[in-house]
Amino acid sequence: MTATFVGMPAFPTAAREKLADSQLRGNLARATGTIRAKRAAAVAEVPEWESLRLAGAAVKDRALHDLDRQLVRLEASLTARGATVHWARDAADANAIVVDVARAHDADEVVKVKSMVTQEIGLNEALEAEGIAAWETDLAELIVQLGDDLPSHILVPAIHRNRAEIREIFDRRMADVGRPAPDGLTDDPAALAEAAREHLREKFLRSTMAVSGANFAVAETGTLVVVESEGNGRMCLTLPKVLVSVVGIEKVVPTWAELDPLLRLLPRSSTGERMNPYTSMWTGVIPGDGPQEVHVVLLDNGRTRALADEVGRQALRCIRCSACLNVCPVYERTGGHAYGSVYPGPIGAILNPLLRGTGDAQTDSLPYASTLCGACFEACPVRIDIPSVLVDLRAQVVDGHRGDAVPKPEAAAMSAVSWVFGRPRRLAAAERVSGLATRLARRLPGPAAAWTDARDLPTPPRESFRAWWRRTGGGG
Amino acid sequence: MSAREEILGRVRRALDGVTADPTPVPAPSGARPEDLIGHFVERVTDYRATAIVVAADQVPAAIETALAGRTPIVPAGLAWPVGGISDTGQSAAELDAVEAVVTGAALGIAETGTLVLDHGPGQGRRALSLVPDVHICVVRADQVVADVSDAIALLDPDRPQTWISGPSATSDIELDRVEGVHGPRQLHVIVVVPCPESDNPLL
Repeated sequence: MTATFVGMPAFPTAAREKLADSQLRGNLARATGTIRAKRAAAVAEVPEWESLRLAGAAVKDRALHDLDRQLVRLEASLTARGATVHWARDAADANAIVVDVARAHDADEVVKVKSMVTQEIGLNEALEAEGIAAWETDLAELIVQLGDDLPSHILVPAIHRNRAEIREIFDRRMADVGRPAPDGLTDDPAALAEAAREHLREKFLRSTMAVSGANFAVAETGTLVVVESEGNGRMCLTLPKVLVSVVGIEKVVPTWAELDPLLRLLPRSSTGERMNPYTSMWTGVIPGDGPQEVHVVLLDNGRTRALADEVGRQALRCIRCSACLNVCPVYERTGGHAYGSVYPGPIGAILNPLLRGTGDAQTDSLPYASTLCGACFEACPVRIDIPSVLVDLRAQVVDGHRGDAVPKPEAAAMSAVSWVFGRPRRLAAAERVSGLATRLARRLPGPAAAWTDARDLPTPPRESFRAWWRRTGGGG
Repeated sequence: MSAREEILGRVRRALDGVTADPTPVPAPSGARPEDLIGHFVERVTDYRATAIVVAADQVPAAIETALAGRTPIVPAGLAWPVGGISDTGQSAAELDAVEAVVTGAALGIAETGTLVLDHGPGQGRRALSLVPDVHICVVRADQVVADVSDAIALLDPDRPQTWISGPSATSDIELDRVEGVHGPRQLHVIVVVPCPESDNPLL
């Protein structure tokens, strides 16, 4: 049984636990430090980077602002090339479609290309419930799956694991599900990669069905694009007889030519490489080459809800590069699990509330999991203004509690402030009291203590501006 | 209501009052290296692949050297004579026993050190250049373009494509790049320049 994010606590509680894990913080600091330096070097090589970002954002906006027509066009292009197109309102719809295809072919196992969307819908668990084994073939996904663990990063789901932990997981678990790890396996990354190669090859060679996502889907031509590094994607997209690709409706790119800026932005933002080792592009069924039965599942699962949010819809431009995670001071310290979702980090802090809607304690905590420093916006290859969306979502969370019988402490505090600021005399009295009180105390009393758990109160000035003005008449 | 109609309806309601831009977005032009072939070779080598530039009449010898005694599978239509196994529709398991593959390419991209296969004549079906552990790819100098934009403009989206930038690699362990996971662990690129006295680009 695989682990699940269901029932995760709100961000502050989860973060507190993760912050106490010094191994995790060490692993994360090393990994994000490495990738930040690589990305910075790769981006610095491209003088036209800012115009590329503008073009990338414009391409995705053009698709999103015309999404109904683009989707109909994509469907027509795919169908004309022999693919079967399915539409899925939600996770349950999508999972049922994949299960039906597997059943039609008596498949008791499928090989999987790493895909965020199939994690989002819990496809592996849905297949497992039907007695169909889903084998993750990306190295990091394999580490997570064998370790009964949860992904903690969009690009490198096992970023929280170091090489010694990975060696231990392979050694202990590979034999249970197929070819065992070789005797005397060391924690040399090359040896670990070799063990994964041997373990998965037998699965690639015998599987009849594969499930993938897609990085891009070109409406004009019906071309799907999968960007990867290891070759596990190529194996899955080429060797089995049946291929099902689950594609979020926001993955549409209007025309073939408009792939250009996105293909230049993604690898440098993601792994800090000029180009990722392998990109596969295919259009429907290719006679005599690769899967001869091709299904594409177009998935909503909250994307239309996000699309309806005027400020938040820009989050659907996301190309899942994970640059925002790697530069985020909060993510670097808490890791991905604290966000309680397959989409962690700054993009997760906006995407989850946008896809699901605000209203439950865990989701509502995410827009606050940020210092609003803006590093994510600067790193984003499609210019998603994450801080602005966070602020807007915070307002939505607050608005959602307007009718509460018992106001939240922040709301009570704001009402009190509003009462104080409403009359000059009240303000003057409050200034005298608070100036004195905070010079004596560094922590707030009562329920407000939660606020000072992680912060020092600022030292107030000896004299308020109004008192100074009264005393000097503004003359200094 | 069908899922299709329901989703399209939700999209239309979400976009009420939004005007779409009907004009495709032009991408900024990319790199324009002076020494196209030198740049390509440097970038390919950066991925820990090998890359050499040879005159057309030296190609068979260069392939022989790269093979180092291995017997390759050879797709139909390869422009250079190579002894090896023909593609007769071998299964994936049969291809797994093959040591190497020699293919041509549709084009090369200098800025990113990328080879693009569109699996036309001389390149074979996709499994051929995937399952064997050593891939030797021969690309003509006149097939090398400057950047991704130039490649997108030339490529035919109707054809399947595999963009290859170095050997198979992963950064999944501590974000440290390691070569060699599922795809070919060795990539040898041979760039062919015409012989000085010949008008034929193949010689």
